[in-house]
This record gives sequence, C-alpha cells and structure tokens, in this order.
Amino acid sequence: MTAISPPAERLWWKHPIDRVEGMWIGIAFVWSMVMFFMMVYWHMYGGQNLSTETYKTTPEQFTAKAQAMVDQYTVRTEVDGQYPVVAPPVGSDVYMIARLWNFWPILQLEKGQTYRLHLTSLDYNHGFSLQPANINIQIVPGYEHVVTVTPNQSGTYSVVCNEYCGIGHHTMVGRIYVK
Amino acid sequence: MSIATTYRTCPRSGLQFESQAEKLMLANAVAAVVFLLIGGILAVGVVLTRWPSIHWLEADTFYQVLTAHGIDMLIFWIIFFEIAVLYFCSSTLLRCRLATPKIAWAAFVLMVIGAVMNNVAVYQGGSSVMMTSYVPMMAAPHFYLGLILFAVGALIACFVFLGTLVVAKAEKTYQGSVPLVTFGAITATIIAVFTIVSGAIILVPTFLLSIGVIDAVDPLVYRTIWWAFGHSSQQINVSAHISIWYAVAAIAFGARPMSERVSRGAFLLYILFLQLASAHHLLADPGMSTEWKVVNTSYFMYFAVLASMIHGLTVPGAMEVAQRQKGYNKGLFEWLRKAPWGNPTFSGVFISIIGFGFLGGISGVMMGTEQLNMIIHNTIYVPGHFHATVVIGTMLSFMALTYFLIPVLFKREMIAPTLAKWQPYLFGLSMYGFCLVMMGAGTLGVSRRHWDMAFQGSALAYEWPGAAYMMMGLVGVMGIAAIVGGAIYIYVTVGSLLWGKRLDQGQVSSAPTPVPVTAPAAAVQTYGSSGLVAPGSFVLAIIFLVAFVLYYFINWKYLSQLWGLS
Repeated sequence: MTAISPPAERLWWKHPIDRVEGMWIGIAFVWSMVMFFMMVYWHMYGGQNLSTETYKTTPEQFTAKAQAMVDQYTVRTEVDGQYPVVAPPVGSDVYMIARLWNFWPILQLEKGQTYRLHLTSLDYNHGFSLQPANINIQIVPGYEHVVTVTPNQSGTYSVVCNEYCGIGHHTMVGRIYVK
Repeated sequence: MSIATTYRTCPRSGLQFESQAEKLMLANAVAAVVFLLIGGILAVGVVLTRWPSIHWLEADTFYQVLTAHGIDMLIFWIIFFEIAVLYFCSSTLLRCRLATPKIAWAAFVLMVIGAVMNNVAVYQGGSSVMMTSYVPMMAAPHFYLGLILFAVGALIACFVFLGTLVVAKAEKTYQGSVPLVTFGAITATIIAVFTIVSGAIILVPTFLLSIGVIDAVDPLVYRTIWWAFGHSSQQINVSAHISIWYAVAAIAFGARPMSERVSRGAFLLYILFLQLASAHHLLADPGMSTEWKVVNTSYFMYFAVLASMIHGLTVPGAMEVAQRQKGYNKGLFEWLRKAPWGNPTFSGVFISIIGFGFLGGISGVMMGTEQLNMIIHNTIYVPGHFHATVVIGTMLSFMALTYFLIPVLFKREMIAPTLAKWQPYLFGLSMYGFCLVMMGAGTLGVSRRHWDMAFQGSALAYEWPGAAYMMMGLVGVMGIAAIVGGAIYIYVTVGSLLWGKRLDQGQVSSAPTPVPVTAPAAAVQTYGSSGLVAPGSFVLAIIFLVAFVLYYFINWKYLSQLWGLS
C-alpha cells in the first residue's frame, strides 16, 4: 500500500500517470534538453570553451621548451632574480611550469591578443586558478595541455594552485601581467 | 532449509525484525555513528583552521585532519549506515530471514578492520593525500589496503542483501513486486557494485605501486577511474536517501507513492545514467575530447537530473496526497502547514528535500556543465555543493530515520526528545548557511583543500577580496553551529542506546508472518484542486525550476565576461 509495502496493484506499470506527474516530467525533460543544447551552442557561439589539445610530455622535454622561451624573451626578473618575466610575441606558444611549489616563469601578455598557453606539472597534480578572473584548470603530470587564451582586461593576475600538492601548497602562487 | 532464528513484531510500528538481521543492523549503525563521531571531531579542526581569524592547526596537521575527515564521513560513516539500511530494506520490509548471517558478520568485520587500518595510516602521518589520493602523490601501503578491505566487506554486504531478496522470493514472504523503498535500495546496491569494482580496478594497482610491485600508474587514468568510484559513491547515497524519503513519507503520513511506475522509472534512470556522469569531475582536465565531456555530462547526467527532479516532486506529492486525504485540503499549502513539524523524522526529511534540491541540485548541475565548470573547479564552491548533497541530503535523512529507529530497532525510549525535536532545524539550517557561504567564497575563487588563504611565505602572494575573508569567517561560524547540531544527534542516539528506558520488544515467534496483501486503491483520486492531485507540490516544483533556470543563466553571463578561451 505505502512505499514500504509491496504495491497493491500487481500490474503497477500499467497504472495511469496523473496529470501533475506527467506535466512535471515533460517540463523537466524539456529543461534537460535546453541545458544540453546550451553546451553545444556555446561551443559554436560562445567565447569561453576549454581547449582539449593535449600531448604526452616529460619534465625534461617541457622544461627545455620553457627554458628556450625564457632565454629568448625575458624582459626583467623579479623576487631577487628567481622569476624571469617573459614577454613572448603575440600569438606564440607560451609555457608555464607547475611544480612544487611555484609556477614558473612570470608571463607578460598583451590585452586583446591571443596566446597558446602550454601547461604541465613536473611532479604531482596542480591546479591553475587564475585570480581575480576565476578561471580554473586542472594540471596533470605527464600531460601537456595547450589552452588558447585571450586576456580581456589589463592588470596583474595571480595564478593560485588549487589542487592539493603537499605541505607547501599554500605558498604556490604564480603571476601573469596583462599590459 | 531455514536456519533456526526468531522473528519479533515491533508493537510500535508493526515491523517484523529477524533476530540476526536486527543484530547486524544495530552493529552497522553503531559503527557508522562511531565514525560520524570521529569525523565530527575532525570537522572542528577543519573549520577552525579555514576560519581565517582563528587559523588553528598547523599545515601538516590540517591536511591530515582534512584527509581523515573526508574519508571517515564520506566513506565509513555513510556506507556503514547504508549497509544497515540495506538489511532493513530487505529482511525487515520483506519479513524474511537474512541470507547467510555468518558471511554478513564477516563482511562487517572486514569493514571495521579496513576502516581502522585506513584511519591509523592517516594519523601515523605520511598519508595526507586527501580522500582522492591522486597519484603520483603516494600514501602508505596500509592506507590503500584499508580502503580495499573495507570495499571488499561492503561488496560482500551488497551480495548478502541481494541474497536476502532471493530468500524472500523463495520463501514467499511477500507477493507481487518488492516495495518501492526496497526497489530504491536495489538501485543503490547495483550502483554500489559498479562503484566498488571501479574502486578496486584503480586502488589495487595503486596499492601495488605503494609496495613497489609496479612502477607507475598513469595520473590521468587514475583520475578517470577513481572518479568512477568517487562520484558513483555519492550516487549510492542519492538512491539510499531518496528511498529513505519515500520510507519516511510512508511512516509519517501513511503516504503511498503517487505512481509506482513514475517513481520506479526514476530509480531506473539512476541505474542507467548516474555513474556516467562521473565524467563531470574531469571537465577541467586535459586529455578528454570535448565530445566525450559533453555526451557524458549531458545526455547521461541530465537523465539522472531528470530522475532527481521527478523524485523532488513525487516525494512531497505523496505526502500532500496523503494529507489531503486526511482532510487538510484548504488552499495550496494547508497540507504542509499542518504537517508534523515537531516530529524530527518528518522535519529532518523535509529540510533534507528542500536543501538537496535547491542548494545541492542546482549547484551540482551548474558545475557539471562543461564550460561553467571552469569557474568553480577546485574552488571551495565544490565542498559547498557536496555538503548540500551529502550532508543535507544524505546525512540529514539518515538522522531523521534514526529517530524513527530508536524505539523501533533499538527498543529504547528516546532521551531528550525536546533536543531531538530541534536538532534537524539547528543542523539542517546551519548547514544551509554553511553551504551558501562556501559557495559564495568559491564564486570569488577561494581554493578548496588549502591551509592558508593569506599565502604566508609565498613570494607572489595574492590578496583575496575582503568579502572572501568574510565568507570564510562565516564558514567557521556556520560550521561550528552545524557541528553542535551533529553532536546533539550523536548524544541523543548513543544516549538512548545506552541509558534510554527499555521498551517492550513485542511478540517473538519462530516463523515469519508474511506481508499481508492489500486491496488495490482507486486509480483516480478526487481531491486536490484545478484538476491536480498535488497542486502544492507542483507549485514548489515550479518555484524550484525558476530558481534553477535563473541561477543557470546567471552563471553563463558570468562566464561570458572572462578571458577568451578556445
């Protein structure tokens, strides 16, 4: 009779659906479809879609590419020379290394220009959390993720690590300048 | 071939308990509450550290405490309680003996050993890897072994449940189909088997890696399979707590499901689609194609969302129909105003339904949208969401059910009934606040699993806005209020069990009394208004939908203002 006893009707699956439930199922289904098409629509017309371009990499390979960029395009250094500030050419491939417990180097990008940002981790999982914009991307070791970014506001952005990576996790912050 | 056992009929509820099943339910429920107690004590450390002006524990202790809190609450407390619920939904509701009680005890022992072993590993240090334990960050071997033993025990218990269904069918203790609540429990079990197998597929190699038998586990493969386990665990909870909602509607109101076909169909959608939605944990990851992400989080997740939305209408709807039958037929909401708000079994479940839908459900669907995920991934918004689903949804339902079980299963009079009456309000409403301020802080970008939002000792520290600090302070305040609410629940439950007045256990017999057959009720109901049997619930559902649609599109607006990404 109730939900804790067997249904009184042997053929419960033939029981007619009443109007309240039927209407609600219809509405909920339509809404689910709207949400599905919204994702597809955004891929066609929206400006914020996470790229899925990914390559297998090793710490050595990735570090070599990042070092080459740093050697060529460093404009100054910060924090007693520990962090080169790199201003790569517009539209080029730029590299950011996540490792225990920093993001290296500091990047200097131009507002309204597009760059191919390569991310990887040399050790554990890390999180790329761009603040104050609040864009969050997972960084997985062994995988090079290429995200095409177009900064839309100038200023100083911080890159906070938001994937737990051990005792120094709270000190892991990088920086991106947008001119 | 039936084993010598006895059955007692509870004089307070009319339920019939088989003695073996009863002992096992009690053991599993008690073990659950012990882990809840440990997890609750750990929660004090978590919130007092995240509260910026207190910032209590040192970093290493904090990460240790956070790891143990996550595992004790999300795995041990909840699954122990769920096993008790499974035995209740099979042996008690179908009035039959429990299949293979010895094996069920072995499963219980394995689960206890595993849970203790895992806890020991975490407190020894060197295993502060969080519940997710992403490789290549490694914990001690017995951290993984503990989880594996626990999972094996839980898997065995699932099969005892399934075996009990077979016993009931074979010994004809009921006729026709199983009750809806049992059907929901079967859903939970099927998902549990999938979940535990996924866990084994990834945790066994990780254990072998920790003892040096194999060299590597791919970090991305680990994340993918681990979430098939990690998120599916939460789907077991959804199925279990929604079954409890239906059970409580039956217990508190004598409500019958509005339509067996609709409610069972919704449970079936869970089985078919829920686990695939685990993909929404990988939306911000490299390596998965867009198509894979969209298909797994739309077609499949939205079918599960559809199922939850159906339950969100049919549970209150069942209550409404029952209340209207009793004559509470004025206007849209007299049935709700005249509901037994002083009965914690009802109030707990109702607070759970509203919180789960509005806070947990809406935020969960927003987060599970492929592009929108980028604005909350790994922020404290995520714990805000899952405290709304797992704590307000699952845990509060378990609490509500416990208040019903104290006299029925424990055979004790509840101590401090006034405290118990207020407990769901204190716990539930402070949890509402707790989840909301965490979501607020997460919307501003504050990280989860993070010891110090001031970034002490970082050369390039970032300064969070003042609002973020204020929200995190409120997380502390609300969290402490919720912990007090949780402590009251433990006090009432354990206190009643230890020194509550013993109640009459009822008639004991050596043979089960089968479930009586009930006559079918009329298919067409003649109450309600404007041609609807449950207009009040329908209005609530529409209010929910409006909130859902607004919040969903507000987040698209927010996303559209960010850097261009392609």
